[in-house]
Amino acid sequence: MNVIDRIEREGMRKDIPDFKPGDTVRVHVKIVEGDKERVQVFEGFVLGRRGGGIRETFRVRKLSYGIGVERVFPLHSPRLEKIEVIRKGRVRRAKLYYLRDRRGKAAQVKEKRHH
Amino acid sequence: MDFILGRKIGMTNVFAPDGGSIPVTVVEAGPCTVIQKKTVEKDGYDALQLGFTPKKEKGVSKAMMGHFKKAGVQPFRVVREVPFGEGDEELEVGSILDATVFDRGDRIDVTGISKGRGFAGGIKRHGFSGGPKSHGGMFDRGLGSLGNAASPSRIVKGKKMPGHMGSERVTTQSVLLVDLIPEDNLIFLRGSVPGANGGVILLRKSVKGQRGGLEGLQEQVRSLNPLKASKRAARGG
Repeated sequence: MNVIDRIEREGMRKDIPDFKPGDTVRVHVKIVEGDKERVQVFEGFVLGRRGGGIRETFRVRKLSYGIGVERVFPLHSPRLEKIEVIRKGRVRRAKLYYLRDRRGKAAQVKEKRHH
Repeated sequence: MDFILGRKIGMTNVFAPDGGSIPVTVVEAGPCTVIQKKTVEKDGYDALQLGFTPKKEKGVSKAMMGHFKKAGVQPFRVVREVPFGEGDEELEVGSILDATVFDRGDRIDVTGISKGRGFAGGIKRHGFSGGPKSHGGMFDRGLGSLGNAASPSRIVKGKKMPGHMGSERVTTQSVLLVDLIPEDNLIFLRGSVPGANGGVILLRKSVKGQRGGLEGLQEQVRSLNPLKASKRAARGG
């Protein structure tokens, strides 16, 4: 196997749930303030994932007091305590950038239906 | 031992203990075998001849084969001479140097052959600014003025112009060794290193000294503005 892939595999986390663009997730992030550490939760929908191996990142967008806020998290970062998948969304794109230009109901992602 | 030969494998990321993401170049450092020891008495100067990457006997010329046989070593693809470093007088022909000559936190100078860019223009080669991209400017990627007119009536020597770029010897100094895997002779150097993946590189204990090891790295990661979301993401969320 490719040396880089092998090295990356060793550093990768195995506790990452399966989630896709359009899913709503709750990301628990460890934050250091001075010498105290606490966990902050960032909840929003996944705009997209990019990169591969240990370099993979995902982008989460939420509306905070009417302002759109996006954060990019390295998927395998030790700063992420856990990722909870709240809702599966039904989308037909890998990157949901078009939702940035939408407001209100048009900006919603439909829930995936199971038959 | 100040020098060792290596091969650039590629780049990836590692996470620091505090969660920061560090870009690293993975380098296969050694094993190198001492093929010959040159001395002032015999050769007029002191040097070690190192061999790296074993080669099949089939492709080795008889002249080189004789050289390897004399040293009692297998044939190598890469044979390179390096100046004596600390304690090299004691090294004998046939002894093997590997990645363990370095340690975490070491500062290393990396020399390689940069990627070839072919015949490149002034913008790529010398960082010229070029013309406006819109508003009907007719000046695109040209050089601009080459100098004055009647005086001096010539173009000064060394004027930066288009030409061949890359494929030259480049050294990156004081690269931090973030981590190493001694079993595989792999070392992780922070940031980039000259040359293409698979290229042969020369590693040397930094001539600028060993200041600011791993502690310096932690410091640097922490000193990023904690209020900036982009910086926070770079640190690992």
